Amino acid sequence: MTQALCLGIEGSANKIGVGIVREDGEILANPRHTYITPPGQGFLPRETAVHHQEHVVSLVQQALKEAKVAPKNISCIAYTKGPGMGGPLVAGAIAARMLAQLWKVPIIAVNHCVGHIEMGRIVTGARDPVVLYVSGGNTQVIAYSEQRYRIFGETIDLAVGNCLDKFARVLNLSNDPSPGYNIEQLAKEGSQFIELPYVVKGMDVSFSGLLSFIEEKTKELLASKTATPADMCFSLQETIFAMLVEVTERAMAHCNTRDVLIVGGVGCNMRLQEMMQQMVEDRGGELYAIDERYCIDNGAMIAWPGLLAFKQGQFTPLEEATCTQRFRTDDVLVTWRD
Amino acid sequence: MSKDDLAKEGFLDPIISTASCQLLSQGAEARVWSGEFLGRPVILKQRFKKKYRHPVLDKHLNHSRLKQEVRSLLKARKLGIPTPVLYDVELEASTIYMERIAGCSVKELLKKGMSPADRHSLGRKIGQLLATMHDGSLVHGDLTTSNMLVRSDSQDLVMIDFGLSSISGLAEDKAVDLYVLERAFNSAHATSVDMYDAVLEAYKQHSRQWCPTLNKLADVRMRGRKRVMVG
Ligand SMILES: Nc1ncnc2c1ncn2[C@@H]1O[C@H](COP(=O)(O)OP(=O)(O)O)[C@@H](O)[C@H]1O
Ligand SMILES: [Mg+2]
Repeated sequence: MTQALCLGIEGSANKIGVGIVREDGEILANPRHTYITPPGQGFLPRETAVHHQEHVVSLVQQALKEAKVAPKNISCIAYTKGPGMGGPLVAGAIAARMLAQLWKVPIIAVNHCVGHIEMGRIVTGARDPVVLYVSGGNTQVIAYSEQRYRIFGETIDLAVGNCLDKFARVLNLSNDPSPGYNIEQLAKEGSQFIELPYVVKGMDVSFSGLLSFIEEKTKELLASKTATPADMCFSLQETIFAMLVEVTERAMAHCNTRDVLIVGGVGCNMRLQEMMQQMVEDRGGELYAIDERYCIDNGAMIAWPGLLAFKQGQFTPLEEATCTQRFRTDDVLVTWRD
Repeated sequence: MSKDDLAKEGFLDPIISTASCQLLSQGAEARVWSGEFLGRPVILKQRFKKKYRHPVLDKHLNHSRLKQEVRSLLKARKLGIPTPVLYDVELEASTIYMERIAGCSVKELLKKGMSPADRHSLGRKIGQLLATMHDGSLVHGDLTTSNMLVRSDSQDLVMIDFGLSSISGLAEDKAVDLYVLERAFNSAHATSVDMYDAVLEAYKQHSRQWCPTLNKLADVRMRGRKRVMVG
């Protein structure tokens, strides 16, 4: 019997990606295109949506070609329903609805966060880890129980990636390939540790106080030449990652779990992975981390949970194939796990 | 754990060697041991070095949390909140000695199964206690069901684990404290959220400042829902 194939479209933020995944978890193609803004500037919804519209069709063609499959081999289309930015989400959803009607196949709406988690699980083979989901818009500590990915801890204000992006703008770092990547590189040259506000409440974290503090402090220390931009990046990473590792460990102690999976764009930061590795080792567990191909938003991470739902007979009626900017991880009923 | 291992982690062994104790739990920042001291059952809580943390940050956090835990244990008693009796503190070994409570955590009780009526009355007890604590400007910082113990003899509720606590009269801080507990119920005890309703109900009856705090709680919740989640 031939295996089912799912084509997934992701476009919730500044990347548009198309992935084709087979029933056994094999990723046949996963091209993407990133909308990169000039230094000091974030991406705006309208321009980003236009970028996605311009690239989505050629990415679909490229994916089919790389996967060496024809449209008639595709069993279903998955797309990101949310959370994310309205305009960019809609651009992806319209492309998905068009393909589903053109190819006469079912469509499946996927939660972006669940996409990250399921992608991480299939790529690493992690079975039932505590998940740290860290990206531009999300910071959550998640564990699975009774058909849902439950949020044990999260940020009570800014997301960690957002905090990094905003700080990169203070230093006027490049957005290519991403602000976080450039902070990570610069931090390697830092040596002086500047103490910053460290705010952990139970399993929750807060970054907004830290951000305003470091914005002021950086101006002051750079002007007086008592610290370098590298020192500031180093201190910022050491502080916020320590907070993330601490809340992850607290969730592990609470859930009695030994393994950790890191997903989301900030998850490819090697310093974060290294710190998490040290913590997990001390607890006799295993760290599962993935590289930028799968950590950063991509189409396969949407195609795979789409396929899992498809196999359970779950589709989204075409008229309900809409988008929502706010869509919580624990809103999704996970039918494919026990 | 051997003396050598402890030394490697930069610790002195506490006066009661942990070798003669039983490890109860390894949390995010401390190891908790159960032992005997002068014939009494004691708990040793030792904060250990975290290798993943920058040494300056690590030292600062361990030290300030140990001090905060001791201060708040005492402050809570003054407010009439049951907490374990503090026996001793050894700064050099980052260890606190305290009374061992004979009983179960609320988390364990829930796991064993409780009747709706029992859940309701225990929830009310928790709410009343939190109201007293907050009215006394003590914010716990890590309100979860594992940090509340119930004595097996008297059924008294005992609060523990004050390492993340702070002194604050701000409605915002108290609201975040409740929000942390709310989320603990939603995630770990999804089938017992009725107990959290009883917590809030009793909190409202007993806290003099329930109005600003619960209004703020609604704000904090909304912040979570309204946050844009891109990426
Ligand atoms: N005084 C005590 N009496 C009995 N059990 C205790 C006491 N203190 C701590 N414990 C047990 O040890 C566990 C961890 O202690 P806690 O102070 O909460 O440390 P952590 O910061 O690691 O959570 C508690 O959940 C409880 O089961
Ligand atoms: Mg505890």
